[in-house]
Amino acid sequence: MSGFITNRRGLIKSGTVLGAGLAMPTIFTASSAAAYTNAPTGNGVTLGFNVPQSGPYADEGADELRAYKLAVEHLNGGGDGGMMNTFSSNALSGSGILGNKVEYVTGDTQTKSDAARASAKSMIEKDGAVMITGGSSSGVAIAVQGLCQEAGVIFMAGLTHSNDTTGKDKKANGFRHFFNGYMSAAALAPVLLEMYGPDRKAYHLTADYTWGWTQQESIAAATEAIGWETVNNVLTPLATQDFSSYVAPVLNSGADVLVLNHYGGNMINSLTSAVQFGLRDKMVNGKNFEIVVPLYSRLMAKGAGENVKGIFGSTNWHWSLTDAGSQAFVKSFGEAYGFPPSQAAHTVYCQTLLYADACERAGTFNPCGVVEALEGFDFDGLGNGPTHYRAGDHQCFKDVLVVKGKENPTSEFDLLEVVQVTPRAQVEYPIDHPMFAGGALGDCNPGA
Amino acid sequence: MDAIFLQVLNGLDKGSAYALIALGLTLIFGTLGVVNFAHGALFMLGAFCAVIMRKILTISQITLDPVRTNFLGKPLEIRTPYVEIWWGDAGSWMIDYSVLLSIGFAIPVMAIIGIVMERGLIKHFYHRPHADQILMTFGLAIVLQEIIKAIFGANPIPQSAPDSMSGAVDIGVLFGFAEYAVIYPYWRLVYFVFAAVIIGGVFAFLRFTTFGMVVRAGMADRETVGMLGIDIDRRFTIMFGLAAAVTGVAGVMYTPILPPNYHMGMDFLVLTFVVVVVGGMGSLPGAILAGFMLGMLESFSSMNEVKAILPGIDQIIIYLVAIIVLLVRPRGLMGKAGMMED
Repeated sequence: MSGFITNRRGLIKSGTVLGAGLAMPTIFTASSAAAYTNAPTGNGVTLGFNVPQSGPYADEGADELRAYKLAVEHLNGGGDGGMMNTFSSNALSGSGILGNKVEYVTGDTQTKSDAARASAKSMIEKDGAVMITGGSSSGVAIAVQGLCQEAGVIFMAGLTHSNDTTGKDKKANGFRHFFNGYMSAAALAPVLLEMYGPDRKAYHLTADYTWGWTQQESIAAATEAIGWETVNNVLTPLATQDFSSYVAPVLNSGADVLVLNHYGGNMINSLTSAVQFGLRDKMVNGKNFEIVVPLYSRLMAKGAGENVKGIFGSTNWHWSLTDAGSQAFVKSFGEAYGFPPSQAAHTVYCQTLLYADACERAGTFNPCGVVEALEGFDFDGLGNGPTHYRAGDHQCFKDVLVVKGKENPTSEFDLLEVVQVTPRAQVEYPIDHPMFAGGALGDCNPGA
Repeated sequence: MDAIFLQVLNGLDKGSAYALIALGLTLIFGTLGVVNFAHGALFMLGAFCAVIMRKILTISQITLDPVRTNFLGKPLEIRTPYVEIWWGDAGSWMIDYSVLLSIGFAIPVMAIIGIVMERGLIKHFYHRPHADQILMTFGLAIVLQEIIKAIFGANPIPQSAPDSMSGAVDIGVLFGFAEYAVIYPYWRLVYFVFAAVIIGGVFAFLRFTTFGMVVRAGMADRETVGMLGIDIDRRFTIMFGLAAAVTGVAGVMYTPILPPNYHMGMDFLVLTFVVVVVGGMGSLPGAILAGFMLGMLESFSSMNEVKAILPGIDQIIIYLVAIIVLLVRPRGLMGKAGMMED
């Protein structure tokens, strides 16, 4: 009888443990066995590249994937090593990361937050990705960053420019190499003052989501500080295709500058409408009417065609930079794919190298070790001059490029010219700046 | 006053695009009774006819620049279109007017695509429920747009209007407004005139030709026309091709206004269906009337003065009107009695 009782208790205990184990989300089970989520167990380590492979930013996603593959090749000792040869940190040797061969899986964000979270979750749970990286939208970056924080993996953001990513939505497990709306505005405003003078009336068209809001807030504050007046700010739905209804009211608004806080297809279509309505040929208040696009990319410039000529904006990086890091990357990428890399490609390549380097310096893939290695990290040789990963918000600080649509391009890639490399000091801001207020970085989560 | 006049122009411009696409959709529904959710894809394919035409005209001879270098430090490739090498200024003119030349290319291509689509796929769904037709044509639309994305990429591809029709015209002075008070893009005016010509042409074709008369008779009573020994199915297939061609040229002419991308058809599809439903399913005059009416409403509701009173009204006005029309008059403004009323 007593034997039966013991067996029954044993059965109940075993059942309880088994039931609890099954009930627990699989995302946490691996970390229960190890000290952190998805600790590598064999000779390889898996990285998750979460990029838009469909949807409106699929071309940028494709360029990101090309750069990721190049980074993996270089980390595993293949190719010419690219920017590993110019990176100021010498921790990477071309033998993978911590002796583990780098492997990767890819996901499709579709530039939708829910799809991006689902693909990131799948890569973490099913494929064992120890780090997630990528994206071409701030909405997606913020969503995936939050997921990675909960799951206990590192998120190395791709193309995300909203102040919120390292502002109110910052997370300890997330890091952003890309610049942000505030930095664009801080770099651009002095150039706009020099080119167009202090007495200007600006009309803003703004994409109605997190990036547009923070970009508009930043550029309006920066231009008002140089004497411009903001006469109107109209929010435009992200799905807008024909902007004629939004551009037509600008004609008689008294404004002499149109600021397009749009990106991607929105920017291409709004700029096309603005040019078609003759805004660039118009004289208002005795001055030439001007258009400003705070955030540029080469792929966008290609889509807008001749309409970008002479229009000022900012960008994170451009292939025409002559520093050793940029040239090494352009050579690797250009020889592999036949055309120069975009800023999106550059950003994700850097992020992959920075993550690998942090693991090497920390001696572990444990997210908390990686966070510690990246916080306050100073480096050079990755294309933007001396760069600093700030510990307090995980935002990179580096030089920012002010660019202009080129008047006489020599090829389909030669669309932007760098008119100024704005020094890092000019775009830095205190960690408690009001535009970045709210939220807390929190503690790193290893997933254990 | 000048702002109102500007919005009238904008409304006519938007309305002409809606009416033109809705015309093709209505032709298909009125003749074949098919709810064609791939209609937006036909608009997109038409736009890409312009892209293809321009690519053909700009096929270039490549020579190496002995002085300048590319991003890899190798000699820069200089591309000179063969049409310019062969025909000089005439070749340059062809490239400049490629959008207009694309119409000649798009009409047969789109008509063939329409006929193949109808004979190869859609005819198998004539006797199936509308839900099946919608699922099939929507799936077809997704397949078509993914094919275009695979070939041309996801980014928009800019197409310029001919130089002589680029820029804006001070149309206000013609109507007594002050100089530069009402400036409007030249090409959008061209599009409006083009849409009016196409719409007029389709109506004239249906009204004044024997073929059109038979088609109208078939739309009214298919069985009786068939009993008279007329192969009405063949004529309806041709009408599908005609509808595809009309929608295709609407897409071609829209490319300087909106740089074509693989998704552009889907963006127009929902709006166009609303136009057709408001106008009355199967009613050609209804589609035209609703197209211009909704274009005008959308334009005026986007005025800052209106939005200050009713924030966001520009985003919902079309759907709001559609709901009201369907509640008050389910058959649509000019729909036949009984249509969608059961």
